[in-house]
Amino acid sequence: MTRKEASLHRLDRALVWEGFKALLPLSLFVIVFGIAFGLAATQARLGDLEIVLMSTLVFAGASQFAALELWGPQVPFFTLLVTVFAINARHLLMGATLYPWLESLSPARRYGIMLVASDANWAMAMQAFGRGRPGLGLLLGGGIALWGFWVLGTWLGLNVGGAVQDPASLGLDMVMGCFLLAMVVGGEKNLHMLLIWTVAAGASLLAFYYLPENSHVVVGAIAGGLVGLAWGKRE
Amino acid sequence: MSLETGGLGALFVILAMALVTLATRWGGVFVMSFVPIGYRVRQFIHAMSGSVLVALLAPLAVTGDTGARLALLTTAVIMLTLKKPLPAIAGGILVAALCRQFLPGT
Repeated sequence: MTRKEASLHRLDRALVWEGFKALLPLSLFVIVFGIAFGLAATQARLGDLEIVLMSTLVFAGASQFAALELWGPQVPFFTLLVTVFAINARHLLMGATLYPWLESLSPARRYGIMLVASDANWAMAMQAFGRGRPGLGLLLGGGIALWGFWVLGTWLGLNVGGAVQDPASLGLDMVMGCFLLAMVVGGEKNLHMLLIWTVAAGASLLAFYYLPENSHVVVGAIAGGLVGLAWGKRE
Repeated sequence: MSLETGGLGALFVILAMALVTLATRWGGVFVMSFVPIGYRVRQFIHAMSGSVLVALLAPLAVTGDTGARLALLTTAVIMLTLKKPLPAIAGGILVAALCRQFLPGT
């Protein structure tokens, strides 16, 4: 690690609070997803306590919605766990990409921060690191914001779910997609990255159509990583 | 194997889901703690971090409805011109909403 990067793993209360505030606008949208989840879970006949508990402990929206698809009086246990693992396997990659900055933290802090790692705060943190700014505050503070509002939204969904029957008609299903795309486009752009992204997108689509369900993120990401490895940019 | 979701069954299933998800959050960090972070590993990680997002978005862009595609296009264009994420995201959502209002079923 160069000297300039040495302080990027900094983490103090002020940075966490800044991270919390940075993810606040997006968290307001997360409430809407939470409401939609709470409503859908009620319709899948989960109990109120179980629904809130799931959002609190699992905190991974896409896999929770997938679990509802499989939910009934009987649940195919292993199918459900494999599905949850496949959808959430991208967290493995996120943890790996964060490791250079987590390395210097104590194991308790390192694994503690990862409790709230999810797409949006991870993307913000990586973008900050890419620009030479500390990012762990965004990861932890932003993660706490996302987690809190996800649980709050879920709870609201049990009571006022009817208000957001159809988030898609308001374009709200695109919030996360547009956010993540903005992170991609706002990041480093050059021919080298463009090649990596093209391969990642192509591999993802091939996996999406020809490989088992939910494998596309991991396949695409690893393909992109391998291109970066094979055609390294000398710095 | 199927589990009954009556009584404590549902809680057990939710707990198992939480543990699997936690394993994904911790697993990558855990494995990397055994890998020396050299130049090549750093290159792989750097390339992979953008690729995660691209791989997540590609099927969404290809299989989405017109609203979804135009939303992503709008976000990309605004992001390239203004370089500010909030207007880019807001623009995308607005386009998706309008598109689904006036061009339903496309």
